[in-house]
Amino acid sequence: MNFDLTDDQRAIKRTANEFLASRYKPEVMRELAEGERGFTDEGWRELSELGWPGVMIPEGDGGLGLGAVELLVIQEEMGYALAPSPLFSTVSAALLLAAAGTSEQRERWLGPLAQGEARGTIAVWDERSGWAPDRSEIETENGTMSATKVAVPDASGADFLIISGADGAHFLVETSSPGVSVVATKALDPTRKLFTVHLDRAPAEPLSGGHSEQVAHAYATIVTALAAENVGVGQRAMEMAVAYAKDRKQFDRPIGSYQAVSHRCAQMLLEVEGARSLSYWAGWALDHEPSTAPRAASMAKAYAGDAGFRVAASALQVHGGIGFTWEHDLHFFLKRAKANAHAFGDSRWHRDRVAELAGVTAASAPAGSPALSTLARSPAPAG
Amino acid sequence: MDLTLSPAEEAFRDELRSWLENNHPGHEPTGDEPGFQFRRDWQRKLQEAGWAGVSWPEDYGGRGATLIEQAIFNEEVVRARTPTPANVLGLAMGGPTVIAHGTEEQKRRYLAPILSAEEIWCQGFSEPESGSDLASVKTRAVRHGNEWVVTGQKVWTTLAHHAKWCMLVARTDAEAPKHKGLTYFLLDMEQDAVQVRPLVQITGEAEFNELFMEEARIPQENIVGGEGNGWAVAITTLMHERATLAFGLQVSLQIELGKLLEYAGQTRGGDGHVTSADPVIRQRLAQLMIESEVLRLNAYRSLSATMRSGVPGPEGSLGKWHWSEVNQALTELAMDISGPRALSANHDWAYRFLRARANSIEGGTTEILKNIVAERVLGLPRMR
Ligand SMILES: Cc1cc2nc3c(=O)[nH]c(=O)nc-3n(C[C@H](O)[C@H](O)[C@H](O)COP(=O)(O)OP(=O)(O)OC[C@H]3O[C@@H](n4cnc5c(N)ncnc54)[C@H](O)[C@@H]3O)c2cc1C
Repeated sequence: MNFDLTDDQRAIKRTANEFLASRYKPEVMRELAEGERGFTDEGWRELSELGWPGVMIPEGDGGLGLGAVELLVIQEEMGYALAPSPLFSTVSAALLLAAAGTSEQRERWLGPLAQGEARGTIAVWDERSGWAPDRSEIETENGTMSATKVAVPDASGADFLIISGADGAHFLVETSSPGVSVVATKALDPTRKLFTVHLDRAPAEPLSGGHSEQVAHAYATIVTALAAENVGVGQRAMEMAVAYAKDRKQFDRPIGSYQAVSHRCAQMLLEVEGARSLSYWAGWALDHEPSTAPRAASMAKAYAGDAGFRVAASALQVHGGIGFTWEHDLHFFLKRAKANAHAFGDSRWHRDRVAELAGVTAASAPAGSPALSTLARSPAPAG
Repeated sequence: MDLTLSPAEEAFRDELRSWLENNHPGHEPTGDEPGFQFRRDWQRKLQEAGWAGVSWPEDYGGRGATLIEQAIFNEEVVRARTPTPANVLGLAMGGPTVIAHGTEEQKRRYLAPILSAEEIWCQGFSEPESGSDLASVKTRAVRHGNEWVVTGQKVWTTLAHHAKWCMLVARTDAEAPKHKGLTYFLLDMEQDAVQVRPLVQITGEAEFNELFMEEARIPQENIVGGEGNGWAVAITTLMHERATLAFGLQVSLQIELGKLLEYAGQTRGGDGHVTSADPVIRQRLAQLMIESEVLRLNAYRSLSATMRSGVPGPEGSLGKWHWSEVNQALTELAMDISGPRALSANHDWAYRFLRARANSIEGGTTEILKNIVAERVLGLPRMR
């Protein structure tokens, strides 16, 4: 029993921290956030050289073949630096492809994704379905799809989209195909660009190579990756608040000597560390105890979603008026934390799933809610 | 990272499990005296089989187990729903303090009877005028040759009515700054100059007491950690109170939560539906499951950090504070699920609900724990 990162994992975390701190200084982050594209080719090339897009892609398919914990420590540092990048969406697309792609699809895409030569993203949300990937009613007709997906991250720079459809099916649509239009939307969080994708009889290949358990595992990894990102976002917001509380003086004393301020900061630590513990645990379960992973992932997502936002909001309060200005960096962290809390199932959704997985009687829950049943296929944990 | 037990740890757990199964003492009788005697017998049984003080050095009657094995022990005894050993303060706080600061003679003298529950311990820190501000205690100890003469009053002294020894913090130098003038003594409770008066709690029970000392005597050799060093020794005791006890408490909370989940699934609310189907109740149950998982994971992360670097990580300072919040939330939800049943004082959850109010006070209030996190972990300026 040892609940501690290994030396290798610690090294990855340190490297990521140092690399991102040197490349994504606040003014760089801000410029990317305020720009339209949200990332640069140079930035993408550098992350690709580190192998991050392929961190979990099997070595046989050209990736690093590392585990979920390695992905999570990178994600944590991406959140800490608030580095705008299509990394998360590409990793997510790769996870679903690796889980459910046919051998031809894997062969065609996983290598280029791992090398950073291609990018993908996932399109889950349609206006009818809410977030849950198997709630969608979208079907294909003669190999083509007509639908609208909203809040699709990083779609303009992606070579393909993984689209969730009816009955838990997933499809691959290339963005260069006829009938695909990608429209930028103004996102709450400007550090991650969002798009509306309209498909009008666009060619869509089914991902028919995997079982629903594998898809559920991929989604559990994706939501845990967002939880880990919020750990980093919260950590950074907390550090900003603590530094400001030591520095800023009012009534001739540092404001951090007032308990109304210092106790806020203590509360931030409690929530950040709690989110970190859950995220590492979910990562470990994804790698070593898949039956626990759905529960752990939902716990991590719900807790880190709430914690990331609350910590950032509390840090804003510690900053007073300056924290409310566009000039100050804090609002970018607040927005990312809140956006992450809503993406891929909000905290309420994930808590409901935690209850369902624990077998808490839900007589009046919507009968056989497909969203819950597909994603929660693993047996409820004993004791 | 490996959250499974190693073969050695698994063997330890299996051995303990089967021992607990074969030696479970059954239900605790009601009433303070019979209950206490029952827990005392249980502790002796643990000790005879080598299961008391598992992480204490073998030289002093312990088992020399690793921190993880100690944690496994704490989990298993709670899981097996065995009684709390009678000498809980001696095991969790007094013994570890003597091991850390005591002389060789003191270790030989005190540790074995703690393990066997032959001598019960209590903690005489708080006073009517000194609670959170422990360093301000006024109980005076004056030296007369080889003896110290102690006069003063302690309060909220848990188990004083059963105790042979009291971990006593007293002022030995009135001139020194308040943290420097303190000394840590082991006071023999069996003398006429020591009077114990029970205090009835909001639950109706009397776990704790007032303690009056009127020229009580303590021999020089009963000082722990040296004259004037009482603050440092007291901190050791408090760290053990918050860390060691919190680990076991975290496990009890998981058990209580299991019972609550069951209860919620069987109990109907005013609308005739089982309460667990109510979306608000489900959300609160799930949040408790998540928070109790955080408590468990933080406890293990802190142990792992301690094993790697010798000191617990920041999460270690959060355990007792967080536990008290979660335990209070759990009992509050239990009351909400109970509905009108909660109005009966005999209702099991009603008792737990009331008892939980002390959680954020005993062993250091939540406000004090937040001060410690803010100042020691986050390095914020000291509050004035
Ligand atoms: C069930 C139970 C068992 C106990 N057992 C023992 C025992 O065996 N031995 C023993 O010695 N003691 C024991 N105690 C006492 C316990 O340690 C004290 O009650 C506790 O330390 C608080 O002290 P106080 O009650 O004097 O409250 P006070 O210190 O007067 O505090 C009152 C309120 O003021 C707040 N406050 C005080 N100072 C500050 C500050 N600096 N910043 C912000 N807020 C502050 C507190 O948080 C609290 O909310 C027990 C208490 C309980 C409830």
